[in-house]
Amino acid sequence: MKILVAVKRVIDYNVQVRVKDDGTGVVTDNVKMSTNPPDDNAIEEAVKIKESGKAKEVVAITIGDDKAQETVRKALAVGADRGIHVKVDGIVEPLAVSKILKKIVEKENPDLVFMGKQAIDDDCNQTGQMLAAILNWPQATFASKIEVKEKSLEVTREIDEGLETIEVNIPAIVTCDLRLNEPRYASLPNIMKAKKKPLEQLNASDLGVDTKARIEQIKVEEPPKRKAGIKVASVTELVQKLKNEAKVI
Amino acid sequence: MSVLLIAEHNNTDLRPFTFNAATAASKINEDLHVLVLGNKSDSVAKAASEIPLIKKVIHVDNEIFDNFTAENYTSTILKHVDNYSHILCSANTFGKNLMPRVAALLDTSQVSDIVNVISEDTFLRPIYAGNAFATVKSTDKKKCVTIRPTSFDPAPSTGGSAEIVKSEPGERFDSSKFVKREEIKSDRPELGTARVVISGGRGMQNSDNFKLITAIADKLNAAIGASRAAVDAGYITNDHQVGQTGKVVVPDLYIAVGISGAIQHLAGMKESKVIVAINKDGEAPIFSVADYGLEADLFEALPQFLEELNKLNSIQK
Repeated sequence: MKILVAVKRVIDYNVQVRVKDDGTGVVTDNVKMSTNPPDDNAIEEAVKIKESGKAKEVVAITIGDDKAQETVRKALAVGADRGIHVKVDGIVEPLAVSKILKKIVEKENPDLVFMGKQAIDDDCNQTGQMLAAILNWPQATFASKIEVKEKSLEVTREIDEGLETIEVNIPAIVTCDLRLNEPRYASLPNIMKAKKKPLEQLNASDLGVDTKARIEQIKVEEPPKRKAGIKVASVTELVQKLKNEAKVI
Repeated sequence: MSVLLIAEHNNTDLRPFTFNAATAASKINEDLHVLVLGNKSDSVAKAASEIPLIKKVIHVDNEIFDNFTAENYTSTILKHVDNYSHILCSANTFGKNLMPRVAALLDTSQVSDIVNVISEDTFLRPIYAGNAFATVKSTDKKKCVTIRPTSFDPAPSTGGSAEIVKSEPGERFDSSKFVKREEIKSDRPELGTARVVISGGRGMQNSDNFKLITAIADKLNAAIGASRAAVDAGYITNDHQVGQTGKVVVPDLYIAVGISGAIQHLAGMKESKVIVAINKDGEAPIFSVADYGLEADLFEALPQFLEELNKLNSIQK
């Protein structure tokens, strides 16, 4: 079995994002970038499945500018076997990403495609479902547990009401929740080894995918600021304020 | 052109966020139709027809919709979209799972999680966990949009009498099978729509200590929330998680207990009307969004809080 895992380079989750003064986006210069957190869970799960003997190969793919390769190198350092980088500059919407991934799926013929359930930059939560749609594959989104069976996966999904379990036939798409597993850290020797693992480079235009944006970003603004609150000295004061000032209890 | 809202329901009742989504959808175009896909779901179609904002209900009743799978929903939705400019649903786990599958097959770039309708093609949406708001314009002919339900008031549920039209399902999808759903039943208000939410974080230390929160929630008729750290640690189940990858809540009163206030948690609660933070670390980031901050040990503060509430003559419900 072969597992393809898609990873995205995003602003690190610990960075306090700032909006550019001209309203064209957020500041990315000299800002720490990392792999989108649930994409790390996707890689971890694929590597674990390989270690259990149920998969033969894990291929990591990223789509983006030259620096996006860092995310593939990181995936290689924690156990992916080889990498693919599809070069595109600028914002690529989930629809275009799913079309690029479809081309790669047709070329690589993986049995499973894993990725994070949502990228923490655009917060779209679309790519996995879109890829499943255009491949006509089943989708198991927001996965917090995956059990590999002979020709299917049993996946526990986190939904608003609790948990849902579904069984999807292979081939399938899984989008991963942060609770799926605990991603491992790359050791220094493995980081060095990862530099020697194969990383194929392609251009989106060579794949024949139109990546032109369909959504125009008119402006990006700071969210409305909350006015500064106060510290209360005691629980009694807190309850009085809530009752008589805020009038919410 | 008319707009089509996909109803979320449990085969008996509409789920509450369908009412909020109806409000948003009717701001795009008043000729709002709703598609109800369910199994033995006549009561749902009837409830939808009674929402005054809804002009027409299309009802497809078939066993393939029993568990609301995105695959079976999608084939049927695609059969019904011809006369609509917009396909809409709530941006909760139901809509997030479903809508991209529909959008991709319509070759449409979806606009996710809108918090305001600026015009029929332009919307406001949060990005980067709500640290920025983007105004975006969709250039696709048919638009697929998911709606952040807590950003819109629920539509009135009675007084309407829209026509109900029966229709046929699309193809059944056989490569996916529903196994089970473990829903946590509770008599409390739903987290997403509660007037008061009290949430616990890592500071709660274990699941047993959540009873301190439960006691106050009982008193205030509040829903119980949690930070991701508390859910990851197993103190409480995932359906309670508030934040960027959990639920977004906008209650009148949000009480954060033992929660430091990571960016990802703030994304789920900072639009609340009044925020209270109880934390022993005076430097915790949660205090930067709190209207009322109490720097205290929660194990002392929570029992006192309950005691003070018990002294009040009346409490709003």
